Amino acid sequence: MEAELTMGPVLFNWEPDIWRDFYLQVADEAPVSTVYLGEAVCSKRAPLFDKHLEEVVTRLEAVGKDVVFSSLAEVTSAVDRRLVKKVAGSEAVDIEVNDISALWHLGGRTHVIGPFVNVHNEESLDAFAENGAHHICLQPEMPKEGIRALAGHALKRNVTLEVQIFGRVPLALSARCYHARAHGKTRDSCQFICERDPDGMVLRTLDDTPFLTINGIQTMSYTRLNLAGELEELTAMGIARFRLSPQSTGTVKASTIFRDVLDKKLSAEEATEQLRSCGPDVPFSNGFYHHRPGVEWRTPGVR
Amino acid sequence: MTALPPPELVCPAGTPAGLRTAVDAGADTVYCGFQGPTNARNFPGLNFTPKQMAQAVIYAHERDAKVLAAINSFPTAGRTHIWKQAIDDAVECGIDAIIIADIGMARYLAARHPDQRVHLSVQAGASSAEAIRFWCDRFDIKRVVLPRILTVAEIRKVHDEIPCEIEAFVFGNIGMMAEGRCSLTNYVTGSSTNLDGVCSPANHVHYHEDDQGNLTSRLCDVTIDRYAQGENAGYPTICKGRYNVPHKEHYYAFEEPVSLNLTHLLPDLMRAGVTALKIEGRQRSRAYVRAVVSAFRAAVDDYAAGRTPDVSHLLALTEGQRETQGAFRSKTWR
Repeated sequence: MEAELTMGPVLFNWEPDIWRDFYLQVADEAPVSTVYLGEAVCSKRAPLFDKHLEEVVTRLEAVGKDVVFSSLAEVTSAVDRRLVKKVAGSEAVDIEVNDISALWHLGGRTHVIGPFVNVHNEESLDAFAENGAHHICLQPEMPKEGIRALAGHALKRNVTLEVQIFGRVPLALSARCYHARAHGKTRDSCQFICERDPDGMVLRTLDDTPFLTINGIQTMSYTRLNLAGELEELTAMGIARFRLSPQSTGTVKASTIFRDVLDKKLSAEEATEQLRSCGPDVPFSNGFYHHRPGVEWRTPGVR
Repeated sequence: MTALPPPELVCPAGTPAGLRTAVDAGADTVYCGFQGPTNARNFPGLNFTPKQMAQAVIYAHERDAKVLAAINSFPTAGRTHIWKQAIDDAVECGIDAIIIADIGMARYLAARHPDQRVHLSVQAGASSAEAIRFWCDRFDIKRVVLPRILTVAEIRKVHDEIPCEIEAFVFGNIGMMAEGRCSLTNYVTGSSTNLDGVCSPANHVHYHEDDQGNLTSRLCDVTIDRYAQGENAGYPTICKGRYNVPHKEHYYAFEEPVSLNLTHLLPDLMRAGVTALKIEGRQRSRAYVRAVVSAFRAAVDDYAAGRTPDVSHLLALTEGQRETQGAFRSKTWR
């Protein structure tokens, strides 16, 4: 199977018009086969861009892209539960399951398992495949030995695999909103304060070193994942899809750079140099892949 | 106050001696794990060999107590035989229930040991009625350990909508992140909470004291907190540290270093339909386990008999002597 790029769901709270414009640009310019849409982080944000959803889906499908609706990653409140039910009930498109509650609603209908669901071993993959999963996006925490083992097993189960290769790394979820907390508010009274930070809010240590990124209830890396140097190895393992996680700038450009790497028009070193201007100017990381602390960066080609 | 049906008191044991202590102090049920990566408290010097587990089950059963085996970390690819062996060993020694989080291990249990009672670990993060129903429907889960993010009112609603029992944490350490899906420790140290069963492992913890007597706590090279001379220093857990954001400095960005203490909410939890009350702390000392278990035994029995117990002394056992009711009391915690 030929390797393809995908565009993950926007994990940050973008203004609805900016959200729409981003996806229209993806439709026109990004060499991605699949586009994930929907709110995976906070159910309060979902209604904000709802008015643009139909237009965006229509445009993406018109240019031949596969559209997948992503479900919420943490589901507790009545609002969360209603959102999952609504998304899982969208029968015209494929669904990315980011919490087990969506599986209940899907009732065996074929679907995608997203990166917020734990699939770490062969038996888990079997369990999800038996329940209707045809494609699984692995967690960014997974090292290459694990990816390789699962890739071999997935082939036997007729399941395809996806790996995130670019963008900030999701690290944790909470019931509490840390954006609201930083502004002296609670989640219920948040006034959508996270909208001020389209790439998240940088958390620094007390010696002023940038450490993590706050995105509402989600905690992400400060660094940007970049697996340009690992693409060839991943492709050889049989990984079918490579995910970019949207940032406020440079994401579409990044997709063209990664496409050139897949097409052998660009080396990993050249790609990495060009990717520096794509998105927030923060260090790259690829440690998880190499079974090292996730924050670490190994230069492509250097082992 | 009206009498309530007494809930099951579920207590931690890190060692065989700890298990005996918990049983003798009044635990209805004790949970423990095997040595190695198969459980979420994979600390040096902690946990049971299969032989010790078998002896522990005999000791508990002779005293009408139950033993649960936590096999609740996520097996990594190519290593599932270690987790399967742990499951087989637990079944072999007559364990009362196995606590799992990984769907693959649930599948293994259903296929290989269909008569074994299975509980769903807090590490599975089943935080809604729909998620719990899925697990019950597919894998015949008999009890769910609820994530520590629900209010009592939400727990009551969940109870009404699921076919299995509820176990809820009432005392001990409280992590801020959704269980089973936190990669913060791995991001800094290269050891995974979900896969290796460690959170802020001690071999990566450093303390540094400067000339003025100020103490800095670090996880690898990341500063987690700083304490002025004389200030009570805590253990550097990432979600309990102090940090800066652009408009706010030196604040607990996630949570203050507090422990969960729901003693005052016990009657509410019992009325909400919680079958079992769980105390955290397999890594704790026997003295701690004895004190906490005895206190909860007395409190639960008092509530069940319609009396209001004195539980003030439990505060002395909480982290840094500071306690919270966490998410349980109201949604403003979020």
